[in-house]
Amino acid sequence: SLTKAYAATPTNLKIIDLYVVFAVATALVQVVYMGIVGSFPFNSFLSGVLSCIGTAVLGVCLRIQVNKDNKEFKDLPPERAFADFVLCNLVLHLVIMNFLG
Amino acid sequence: MAEPVANAAAPAPAPGRLRNAFGGVLCAFTLILIGVLAFSIRLFSVIKYESVIHEFDPYFNFRVTQFLSKNGIYEFWNWFDDRTWYPLGRVIGGTVYPGLTLTAGSIWWFVNALNIPLSVETVCVFTAPIFSAIASWATYLLTKEAKGTGAGLMAAAILAMVPSYISRSVAGSYDNEAVAIFALVFTFYLYVKTLNTGSLFYATLNALSYFYMVCSWGGYTFIINLIPMHVLLCIVTGRYSSRLYIAYAPLVILGTLLAALVPVVGFNAVLTSEHFASFLVFIILHVVAFVYYIKGLLTPRLFKMAMTLVITVGLAVCFAVVAILVALVASSPTKGWSGRSLSLLDPTYASKYIPIIASVSEHQPPTWPSYFMDINVLAFLVPAGIISCFLPLSDASSFMVLYLVTAVYFSGVMVRLMLVLAPAACILSGIALSSAFDVLTRSMKFQLSKLFDDGPAISGNGSPNGSSASTVNTSSSKNEKTEKSEAAPKEKQSKKNRRKDKEVTESVSVKPKKEKRLSVLPLEASIVSTLLLIALGGFYVVHCVWAAAEAYSAPSIVLTSRSREGLHVFDDFREAYAWLSHNTDVDDKVASWWDYGYQTTAMANRTVIVDNNTWNNTHIATVGTAMSSPEKAAWEIFDSLDVKYVLVVFGGLVGYPSDDINKFLWMVRIGGGEFPHIKEPDYLRDGQYRVDAQATPTMLNCLMYKLCYYRFVETDGKGFDRVRGYEIGKKHFKLTHFEEVFTTHHWMVRIYKLKPQKNRIRGKLKKLKSQSSKTSSTLAAGRKKNPWQ
Repeated sequence: SLTKAYAATPTNLKIIDLYVVFAVATALVQVVYMGIVGSFPFNSFLSGVLSCIGTAVLGVCLRIQVNKDNKEFKDLPPERAFADFVLCNLVLHLVIMNFLG
Repeated sequence: MAEPVANAAAPAPAPGRLRNAFGGVLCAFTLILIGVLAFSIRLFSVIKYESVIHEFDPYFNFRVTQFLSKNGIYEFWNWFDDRTWYPLGRVIGGTVYPGLTLTAGSIWWFVNALNIPLSVETVCVFTAPIFSAIASWATYLLTKEAKGTGAGLMAAAILAMVPSYISRSVAGSYDNEAVAIFALVFTFYLYVKTLNTGSLFYATLNALSYFYMVCSWGGYTFIINLIPMHVLLCIVTGRYSSRLYIAYAPLVILGTLLAALVPVVGFNAVLTSEHFASFLVFIILHVVAFVYYIKGLLTPRLFKMAMTLVITVGLAVCFAVVAILVALVASSPTKGWSGRSLSLLDPTYASKYIPIIASVSEHQPPTWPSYFMDINVLAFLVPAGIISCFLPLSDASSFMVLYLVTAVYFSGVMVRLMLVLAPAACILSGIALSSAFDVLTRSMKFQLSKLFDDGPAISGNGSPNGSSASTVNTSSSKNEKTEKSEAAPKEKQSKKNRRKDKEVTESVSVKPKKEKRLSVLPLEASIVSTLLLIALGGFYVVHCVWAAAEAYSAPSIVLTSRSREGLHVFDDFREAYAWLSHNTDVDDKVASWWDYGYQTTAMANRTVIVDNNTWNNTHIATVGTAMSSPEKAAWEIFDSLDVKYVLVVFGGLVGYPSDDINKFLWMVRIGGGEFPHIKEPDYLRDGQYRVDAQATPTMLNCLMYKLCYYRFVETDGKGFDRVRGYEIGKKHFKLTHFEEVFTTHHWMVRIYKLKPQKNRIRGKLKKLKSQSSKTSSTLAAGRKKNPWQ
């Protein structure tokens, strides 16, 4: 039932969902690795995990804005949503690169 | 320009657009005037005294900015300062909030690149007024998001003048709050804007503005706790929307990363309890978002089944995280909170555990009169603003109310946090006044129009571009026109009026189909109320200008007093620091109480033992113990720290009340906190602190007493202390281990030098008669071992 309802979503949203799931999975891998190896250097760990979670969150934001069922964003052209997404990702990755150490 | 357009039926976009354009120009012009007002009201100290840096903390910021401008940003970032906290030093790069310094440094660099030769000191002195002008513009933007342009202009005008903000941002008060309040209001504006529009672009800007706030002030923890509280409030009151997710989730991730970039915060951004609220609400938000998503996907029946599953999984994850957090936090004695934050949550914490935080006068709870002094008229406009925020309630207005309530609580804990209350109070008062004027002018227009034309009904204006909320109901108004005006508290509105010189406020959540019943007051009442409100505004302005001119413009490095002969200026502090910088070696160490540390390093350019940063309690306690000990013990403590000069501040000759004798009990308490042989009751006679003939011998023999009152009896023959109001106890004594090297003109700063150790120590040998002429002690010759004579 849940899978049937989900299969009805448009393909572009499913791609975004896949991207988000991948980002979260990468974050989990990093946490497990930290559990095995230890948390030094902590800034690199923090930077890596937060970059994955950050891209996941931004992906979800993009999905919210691009989703045609969402009445609040029906005036927003998807190109603008994507441009905002790219800008926010740029800032996020600039900070990540700086913090990676 | 406020005359109503008579015909709404005919398409008349031109007059509407013209009026809009005119309104926009007027709005911009008003904003410029508000900026000029905010800048000029803070210039009193420059006019009355001179363009000088005030107080204590700004001198440190000034010194750091000088270093930055001279050596560049890499040197500044890696600077280890060995001129303070001798012999420990201080890592400036890692312990200072760089926002203010970098801002002023960039302004200086930019201005000099344009070949305008402003000195660093000028830029530092005028940074605060410039940023307060920008802060009032930010307040305009924030209030416009909540309630509309009219309220925005009102709030901006009020913030430009509010005394509480003036007190921390006069020209010369070069402290973190000067830029931090602007960053605070601007971050809130961007958050509310993202919440209203749902645009990821504003979310990015919000995170960057939060980064600027983290760079500027330790009070950034207020933002990172208030915004999660608001998100939780929205979720709990059923106002969850996808815009809320876009407003909050990127802010948490980007904000945490950016906060961790600032060296002062570092890993505290993820490890301390101040930030845990944001993570918790992040998780809760995701659970709620997921629930809504599933709800949209499934039919109601299936949804109920899935709901229980998701809720249990979400709650389990939440509990697991909370359990981990609690375990982590419970292991630390302060439960992960820093001392300053704990003293905010529990007002009695500091006085019990951290006497240094409790001793700062700014950290005391405020008295009731200080509320009236600092926010004046706003104190009773704010409740009206709260009510106005509820009609109608939107995300933005609920945020304002939450901000105000938390700010009121924190301002009740510490007087210096009245500053955080100031923008909230201004915004809500602006909203209140704007709504009041709205109703009153609307009533006046309605009543006047009823008085003058009782013929055909005048239909409403074409609805302006923004709001389409209230419908025009012309037919029913014709019937009601026949009624007498006085008796009607609520009538169906027949036209929508503009405020005289501001644009129409937007109603955020009124559905377009609903008829809005707008209330109308009798004509005389409206006229009188309008005049009274304008008079209220007049009183507020008068009070603010008086407060700025008389109360908050004192630089406290220069004091003045009026006497029959005119204005008398006390410039003793700078006299003393100049003497130090000209008459001592560059490497000499100066010991004084921590209040004067920043000024000594900045103006006298000498190494100090302790300064206003107060990060090392033991070091301060060492100095406090030395000041409370007898001369020999004090000499030994100071000698172990390589101290050459000791500086004390004494106000007894001229009546300056914040001198070291009045602060002395704090020295005893802080010293006694670390070194148990210093006991406070030893210095009190029957629980009373006195330095006259009834004082205890410990008090009369301690170093502070001796250094302050040495030769004081020579001034008037009786030793009458003008601050304490009585004659001192021990009048004639000599110093054995210290020698006086400088006393300023009004005896306000006194500098002593440590006498060097004698080469030969006459141990058990009898003291020769020839030695007695050199002794300065009046103690009996029965003293056996005295290496200093």
